[in-house]
Amino acid sequence: MWLWFSKLGSPKWFYELTTKWLPWLVVFMAVSMTVGLVWALLFVPEDYQQGFTNRIFYVHVPVASISLAAFPLMAVAGVITMVWKMKLADMVAKCAAPIGAWFTAVALITGAVWGQPTWGTWWVWDARLTSLLLQFFLLIGVIALRSAIESPDSAAKACALLSIVGAINVPIIKYSVEWWNTLHQPATDLTMNESGANGPEIWVPLLIMIAAVYCFFAVSLILATRNEILMRERRSQWVMDIVAKAKV
Amino acid sequence: MFDSIVFSSVSEFLQMGTYAVHVWTVYAVFAVFIFVNLYLPLVQRRQFIREQKRRAQRDAQMGKVSADQNAGQADDSVVPGESE
Repeated sequence: MWLWFSKLGSPKWFYELTTKWLPWLVVFMAVSMTVGLVWALLFVPEDYQQGFTNRIFYVHVPVASISLAAFPLMAVAGVITMVWKMKLADMVAKCAAPIGAWFTAVALITGAVWGQPTWGTWWVWDARLTSLLLQFFLLIGVIALRSAIESPDSAAKACALLSIVGAINVPIIKYSVEWWNTLHQPATDLTMNESGANGPEIWVPLLIMIAAVYCFFAVSLILATRNEILMRERRSQWVMDIVAKAKV
Repeated sequence: MFDSIVFSSVSEFLQMGTYAVHVWTVYAVFAVFIFVNLYLPLVQRRQFIREQKRRAQRDAQMGKVSADQNAGQADDSVVPGESE
């Protein structure tokens, strides 16, 4: 178990494993993204209230829900960094912050563009929107914190701590629509029963888009982490071998 | 399969009812978002490898030159400088 755990934490092991996995992930991402987008754009019926703005739903919901994964991921990585001092965990956490910030920003922008025709306003200071904006600022804070501290070890520790604290915001975002009366609608009921107002022609493409966007999150995080590994391990023999073999 | 496409023409598809601006803005943002987050790491990787190749070449050259100069002497003086 411990052997496995320390092997898992080895950047080289992660690099080699993702070399094998990455092509499959990319293929799955491309296929599900294509199917999801074509389905959402061409085949989903017009909403009787919202018209074709329901197309926005298929981008906004996956991006927004996966943006919530960034902080828990960084918090878990932070705990691993602080307790076991695993280098790989800190590399993943470092790369997850800007990607999470992108996801949050896109969720906010697409939400605003959707809010304009449906609610009649780009922005309201309601609980869901405000807490998601807070997540964006927290992620910017983590990124800024890391670049502000010169020693990599102290930066790793500080960012780990801020990520763990920042993760408190995630359940607040998630349940904001239930705890407070917000303009934002509650989570979409994706249970597969027939009593839901929406039929499968609405939620199946959504599930496909969620899978696709999850894959995209994984792929971009893996790509960034691999770069980070090469960067930090650049003086070890195995990275030099990769550099020597690579064609530019 | 094509019968169930909800638009009857390409221009109708592009118009998205009356919401062309909203829908296509969102999809444009999404496309930029995906492109940047997949393309940027690839560019960074290429840059890194190019830089390291250059450095390895330079170090090899420096090693050769100093080996020629200090022929016969133990060469432990050359420490490749980090330039970041």
